[in-house]
Amino acid sequence: MIQMKNVYKKYPNGIVALNGMNVEIKQGEFVYIVGPSGAGKSTFIKMMYREESPTSGQMLVNGIDLAKIKRKNIPLLRRQIGVVFQDFKLLPRLNVYENVAFALEVIEEKPEAIRKRVLEVLDLVGLKHKARMFPRELSGGEQQRISVARSIVNTPKVVIADEPTGNLDPETSWDIMNLFERINASGTTILMATHNREIVNTMRHRVIAIEGGLIARDEVGGDYGYEG
Amino acid sequence: MKARTMTRHFRESLKSLGRNGWMTFASVSAVTVTLLLVGVFVLIMMNLNKVADDLENDVEIKSFVSLEADEATLAEMETAIKSMSGVESVNYSTKEEELSDLVLDFGDEFSLFEQNNPLLDVFYVKATEPQQTENVAKEISQLEGIEEVKYGEGKIEKLFTFLNTGRNVGLVLILALLFTAMFLISNTIRITIVARRHEIEIMKLVGATNWFVRVPFILEGMWLGLLGSILPIALIVTLYYNVTEFAQPKLSGEMIQLLDFAPFIYQVSALILLMGVFIGIWGSFMSIRKFLRV
Repeated sequence: MIQMKNVYKKYPNGIVALNGMNVEIKQGEFVYIVGPSGAGKSTFIKMMYREESPTSGQMLVNGIDLAKIKRKNIPLLRRQIGVVFQDFKLLPRLNVYENVAFALEVIEEKPEAIRKRVLEVLDLVGLKHKARMFPRELSGGEQQRISVARSIVNTPKVVIADEPTGNLDPETSWDIMNLFERINASGTTILMATHNREIVNTMRHRVIAIEGGLIARDEVGGDYGYEG
Repeated sequence: MKARTMTRHFRESLKSLGRNGWMTFASVSAVTVTLLLVGVFVLIMMNLNKVADDLENDVEIKSFVSLEADEATLAEMETAIKSMSGVESVNYSTKEEELSDLVLDFGDEFSLFEQNNPLLDVFYVKATEPQQTENVAKEISQLEGIEEVKYGEGKIEKLFTFLNTGRNVGLVLILALLFTAMFLISNTIRITIVARRHEIEIMKLVGATNWFVRVPFILEGMWLGLLGSILPIALIVTLYYNVTEFAQPKLSGEMIQLLDFAPFIYQVSALILLMGVFIGIWGSFMSIRKFLRV
């Protein structure tokens, strides 16, 4: 599903974010990415949907070689993975329904199919009744649920989440986590960068700790591991 | 791109116009003001150009026939002049006709000369190109039986130089204004797009291709241009309609005429519309380019 071999990333300003990383994630896994700020977590996540590209090394996502992918094929990659961001990244001028529908419009789905599927996922995240509202009219938790709905609307094999609970209060964070659990239960791989100790220690899954651009620890069912 | 996607882009571009509210208003206003300026300027310049043409075309060669020439020589001369290259028309006027023209212009005192007409028969010759007048005049003056040739020598050369300079200055001004208009409008559109670069980034991250992001913006630019050209066209058509209504009766029979309302004003309207649409599209296209690199 996701495979990294000796992936190395150096930014133009000289900072080495990933220093020869090797990792393999299988279909259907739920993986937490933890580690201190600036350790390379975000770079790791951003590479998955090709916001950043590896300087060297081999990286396969869903069979696509990200080190060699052509610029015009990047949209095709992004359609195969769902991404949830810390700051939600909803389109402010589109209402809830349109935001979720956008991910299906880019793949030129039929309007009837779009309608059916969007209402289905909005129902799943419990916000069907707010379909006509705009992002600014919703709470942070609701916005993140829309963002999750958008990430799964075209049934991707993997959902990448970059600190999805980072801007949310504890209670709403649990709602979002329950959503991810359900999505994972249906066979979707989840890759989630987080700073949330409580979540990692309660909902036990594989934990990959990144430090200094390398994997410091990789254990299934592990705990958060850093002192708060 | 599938047809339903194109439909979607059209729908989105229209929706975006409405949801952008003030930004749309600002862009449309900028387009309106600029195009109005261009339109009025084009009206003025084209009419000045017409006046220049009229002045030039009014130039003619007055060839006086000597008294010795008989009927046969006259006929010969006329065919000779007509066969010269660069001659558009030849009009023969007898000395009696010349005198009655004089009386018409300057009053009855001149009718005294009817007893003993001192005038000469005249050929009025027009050159196909005003600039050829001088050459044609020289050629005519060499014909046998021509007493004298007059065409405003010295004065018309100055007039032609003056008119040509005027035309060139006008052309430069129009080009400068068009350039300014393009810059102004595309800059306004750029501001609205810069304000939305975050949206472009999100669309790209969700898997939209460049064209999928671009097309609605380009269509939106087109609508801005289209909306922005409505008012200028309406104003210019009204303005020119009133100007021609007012001026044409006063200018009837004069050598200087304004351009007719139709089809001139339709051409100017089409120009304004095309400019608006083109600049709208071009401005969006150029502004969005650098934000697509996500």
